[in-house]
Amino acid sequence: MTIADLLREGPIAVSVGVRDFARDLKDQQVDVVEIDWRPPRPADAEMQRLLEKLL
Amino acid sequence: MSATSYSVRHHTYLDSVFLMRLAKSLETMPGVVDVAALMATPANKQMLRDAGFSGVDVDAAAPDDLVVGVSASTAVQAQEAIAELDHLLSPQAAVETIQRVRTWGEVSTALPRANLAVISVPGEFAAAEIESALDRGMHVFCFSSNVEARDEIRLKGLAHSRGLLLMGPDCGTSIIGGKGIGFSNAVRRGPVGIVGGSGTGIQAVSCLLHAAGSGVSHALGTGSRDASDDVGGVATIDALNALIADAGTRVIVLVSKAPGESTRMRLASLIATSPKPVVTCYLGAAGAGAAATLDDAAAQALARLGGAQATPNGSGPPSAVTHIEGRALGLFAGGSLLLEARGVMEQAGIAPSRFEFVDMGSEELTRGRPHPMIDSRFRADRIAKAGEDASVAAILLDVVLGRGAAGDPAGDLVPAIREATARASGQGRSLLVVVAVCGTEEDPQVRSRQEGKLRDAGVTLVPTNARAAAFVAEALR
Repeated sequence: MTIADLLREGPIAVSVGVRDFARDLKDQQVDVVEIDWRPPRPADAEMQRLLEKLL
Repeated sequence: MSATSYSVRHHTYLDSVFLMRLAKSLETMPGVVDVAALMATPANKQMLRDAGFSGVDVDAAAPDDLVVGVSASTAVQAQEAIAELDHLLSPQAAVETIQRVRTWGEVSTALPRANLAVISVPGEFAAAEIESALDRGMHVFCFSSNVEARDEIRLKGLAHSRGLLLMGPDCGTSIIGGKGIGFSNAVRRGPVGIVGGSGTGIQAVSCLLHAAGSGVSHALGTGSRDASDDVGGVATIDALNALIADAGTRVIVLVSKAPGESTRMRLASLIATSPKPVVTCYLGAAGAGAAATLDDAAAQALARLGGAQATPNGSGPPSAVTHIEGRALGLFAGGSLLLEARGVMEQAGIAPSRFEFVDMGSEELTRGRPHPMIDSRFRADRIAKAGEDASVAAILLDVVLGRGAAGDPAGDLVPAIREATARASGQGRSLLVVVAVCGTEEDPQVRSRQEGKLRDAGVTLVPTNARAAAFVAEALR
């Protein structure tokens, strides 16, 4: 998927974060899915750091 | 004397725009004086403590826990507002038709053709999401600010090496194939491509082109830091090359804060060999670009197309300028609009002591609160207070419309403008309030309606930001 492809096809979007941005895209007939994002809890972040160390 | 009450909702993550609406709804309840609705990040917990909402629950809350604190005239009123939360947060309150998935892995099933990730999580978490998107071959529009520079440099290098465009971090606006992403105005498609690290700059130029009967092929935001020498203009150069190759683009406008010296040289050599005209507008760097203002940039682009000069919409500028003593206070929602206005003041030879311009959207002033283009409350407070400052003879404001912006930004500011004017008048002074609206008639807020509200409040309307600054400069002479 080159930048030229993106300009030619237009956006087909994944939205992560502010829900209004996904709604605005949908209102413009852009295909969009949202990732149900939430901040990692401190314990999760610590686990993530440990995993990264191990792998 | 007021009473406070608060509630902690565990595992209830809500984005900053939703939280702003929640706070606004609760503020309209009887007796409510102040509302704080924040996710319990360490920084936000400190803000809550400072605001008097402290307790064991708040101390123990995690970043995906919601804390809502209410200060009201009586304890009963504070508790009633907290009780209203149940209604505002109930699933029935939101009707959603957008498919939601839990992980990046699920995206490939839910929307296999996805080509663009729009990322607007808090800045400290954005780099990981950007990398996940790039790893899946997606281009990225990253609205989040407060992303570490070293992450931006690394991720832009990664995107470039894979032929992907990373717009941002801190990217406010793009328009791709007529579809606006982030803050964008309803403008027609046309032959002018825009590249820029300046969100409101892109918005202003696109609106001016639209007003003149032309339009935008694509507008590609690059993020506020892209043109710095640290980042080296990676996204700007990739975006320029894409528009140079794009059959629907005949002229390109590059609008940015002042690039770093070596980046400016790299851009200059690319532009010199471009087969298409590129109009540069470097805000905050007098003489560095071909166009000194966004108005100039749009006009030069139109001239390169062989068309008429840009004729901004809205009412014309006032014919007579009344001389004022004192100083001008500019309270800007758009950082680029501030730079443009400052350039106009400097060009007009106005002494720095005669004007103070504040970027209400700066990182320092948006910590723990939404951007002023979304939430006018903080800027409204500053406007109202300015009425009591005897040294302030004029207030200069931008009102930015479009998708992503507040539903009624002029309506949000009018009470504060009236209050400031009344306070000044109470002290026997007159206060000049000058506003330029950036937007189109087709925007959700409808430009003429927004201008009507401001006009009714006694505001002097000027069609563009640069001309509004020039008007104030003339009054200060």
